[in-house]
Amino acid sequence: MLKALKLEPEKCTGCLQCEMACSFENTGAFNPAKSRIKVFTFHDEGRFAPYTCTQCDEAWCMHACPVEAIVLNMATGSKDVLSDVCVGCKVCTIACPFGTVNYEADTGKVVKCDLCGGDPWCSKACPTGAITYVSADESGMERMRAWAQQAPRTAGAQPNPPKAKEVQVFNIPQQGGH
Amino acid sequence: MRHVIIGAGPAGVVAAETLRKLDPDGSVTMLSSEPEPPYSRMAIPYYLVEQVGEEGTWLRKGDGYFESNGITVRSGARVSNVDTEAKQLGLEGGDTIPYDKLLIATGSQPVIPPLPGVDREGVHTCWTLEDSRHIIKRATEGARVVLIGAGFIGCIILESLVNRKTRLTVIEQQNRMVPRMMDDRAGGLIKRWCQDKGVTVHTSTTVKSVDEGSDGHPLAVSMDNGESVNADLVIVCVGVKANTQFLDGSGVKTDEGILVDRYLQTSVPDVYAAGDVAQGLDFNTGEYTVQAIQPTAADHGRLAANNMAGYKLKHQGSVNMNVLDTLGLISTSFGLWMGVEGGDSAELYDGDRFRYINLQFQGDVLVGGSSLGMTEHVGVMRGLIQSKVRLGHWKDKLKNDPTRIMEAYIACTQAIGHNARVLTA
Ligand SMILES: Cc1cc2nc3c(=O)[nH]c(=O)nc-3n(C[C@H](O)[C@H](O)[C@H](O)COP(=O)(O)OP(=O)(O)OC[C@H]3O[C@@H](n4cnc5c(N)ncnc54)[C@H](O)[C@@H]3O)c2cc1C
Ligand code: SF4
Repeated sequence: MLKALKLEPEKCTGCLQCEMACSFENTGAFNPAKSRIKVFTFHDEGRFAPYTCTQCDEAWCMHACPVEAIVLNMATGSKDVLSDVCVGCKVCTIACPFGTVNYEADTGKVVKCDLCGGDPWCSKACPTGAITYVSADESGMERMRAWAQQAPRTAGAQPNPPKAKEVQVFNIPQQGGH
Repeated sequence: MRHVIIGAGPAGVVAAETLRKLDPDGSVTMLSSEPEPPYSRMAIPYYLVEQVGEEGTWLRKGDGYFESNGITVRSGARVSNVDTEAKQLGLEGGDTIPYDKLLIATGSQPVIPPLPGVDREGVHTCWTLEDSRHIIKRATEGARVVLIGAGFIGCIILESLVNRKTRLTVIEQQNRMVPRMMDDRAGGLIKRWCQDKGVTVHTSTTVKSVDEGSDGHPLAVSMDNGESVNADLVIVCVGVKANTQFLDGSGVKTDEGILVDRYLQTSVPDVYAAGDVAQGLDFNTGEYTVQAIQPTAADHGRLAANNMAGYKLKHQGSVNMNVLDTLGLISTSFGLWMGVEGGDSAELYDGDRFRYINLQFQGDVLVGGSSLGMTEHVGVMRGLIQSKVRLGHWKDKLKNDPTRIMEAYIACTQAIGHNARVLTA
């Protein structure tokens, strides 16, 4: 069973430990600017929300890439950027409807969350349990689905709607079929 | 079931792979008029600066990828006619290929303007790997290069030409650079940015002819402002047109591109079209247009293949979007970036720092946007447009500060504040 990152903004205190851990794991330095998970601050409401790639089934970034530089990691279900193949065209950054693939000018490549290969450091670093790495069925899918029903929709079945309301659930296992 | 695909660009390749999965017993044949393995035109700018070799442009890596996945690729096979009654294709050279389901994914080709001297040696388009090889030969250090047209493709290769250390002059007929992607202000900033980096840019200027040059340069380009500039290489990037010539007499209806329905089927049953050649549904306008962008080609390819394999999938329309890197200045545009009647907008312009963001709303829904100098979370503009998320009071916050677009998205879709009660109840 694939695991998913479960994000619970209501538990987040904005301490940025996840950003520190992510940047250190991926770049060797503590540099939140390089973190692939970002904590957004809502000053008016005094609230925080950690947010990163949903590893969505649609994989918009992966399908838009012209040179096959984004690949499916079979072990974790994450969509990983192969840096040496990426030419830095940035098409994936506009194709991702969640805004979680970002271009880095200093490397000329894009970066995104790869679940640290199945051992995500953000969740290990989070002191409040706002980020946990759990099996997908424990991660609140049903609640998310219910919420998704309320989203405004265009008429008819969408072949590939961006699942804007299911962002907290990662690695949803595909149910049978094609 | 015999599936035949004409064209081996992203639309063709995505369709071939999708068909392979959905119809394991059928045969899948993909034809390309070009000699190379299926490759991506989008990788050409990086090939031009030798950041990647030819393999780096291939859509799928590894020798034998297509064969081992049961997809027959015929390179160098140009289709010259389609007989939709007999359900077969004619190739240049005389071969015929029968099909049960046909996908036309032949893309587009550059338009050559009817200019005196445009057929001179050293005048090239920039559309294929073949073109690129010619350009690489001539665009050497210190060479004088004239780029005719500063549309999206022209601007995309502009950076490669500068990085090859050529002395570059850009001539654009319209009043600004990338006129179909950026408004006056953003287009103006891109022009100033290029000029600051040593590129000569003429806007609102028309090329009159390509003549013989002087001072050891083989070519010269004359403009309607009376000036003439010497060149070792002239690159023509004034637009593209859909590759539909071979459809004459086939009954497949065309306009700007091939007319398709919501299932990417053409006016002839069992014949589908996808990618740059197809006039498909635009998500925002509800009209059928040729978008000629890579993400749309990939979307079309997947959808068309589903329908060819008998899995009915209706196209909901593709969001028109672009991202451009002009010598390090990154710009994006999405959907109805120029706004809609009765809508309103939010804008932040900081010309000194080359930063700009413009959001376009209809009611409290984002319908378009463009940005300059932003690389973080830009995709969320697409997400907000396509999911039609209602922004509520966040719209006013965005009107004060449009850079908070990612926060707006999260606030409207996550368990924060008011949403938390709904989401975690
Ligand atoms: C330099 C450059 C940079 C670009 N950068 C971007 C970018 O940054 N972002 C973006 O979104 N888009 C970009 N594009 C556009 C993008 O490449 C196209 O939208 C995309 O290639 C369209 O895919 P397609 O499969 O529809 O057609 P194509 O990729 O054009 O493929 C068409 C295929 O059909 C074949 N063919 C044509 N006629 C025949 C025939 N009669 N018989 C047999 N085969 C035939 C061709 O050989 C080719 O294999 C760029 C294009 C260029 C040239
Ligand atoms: S930026 Fe890199 S990973 Fe993203 S689409 Fe372009 S080549 Fe692929």
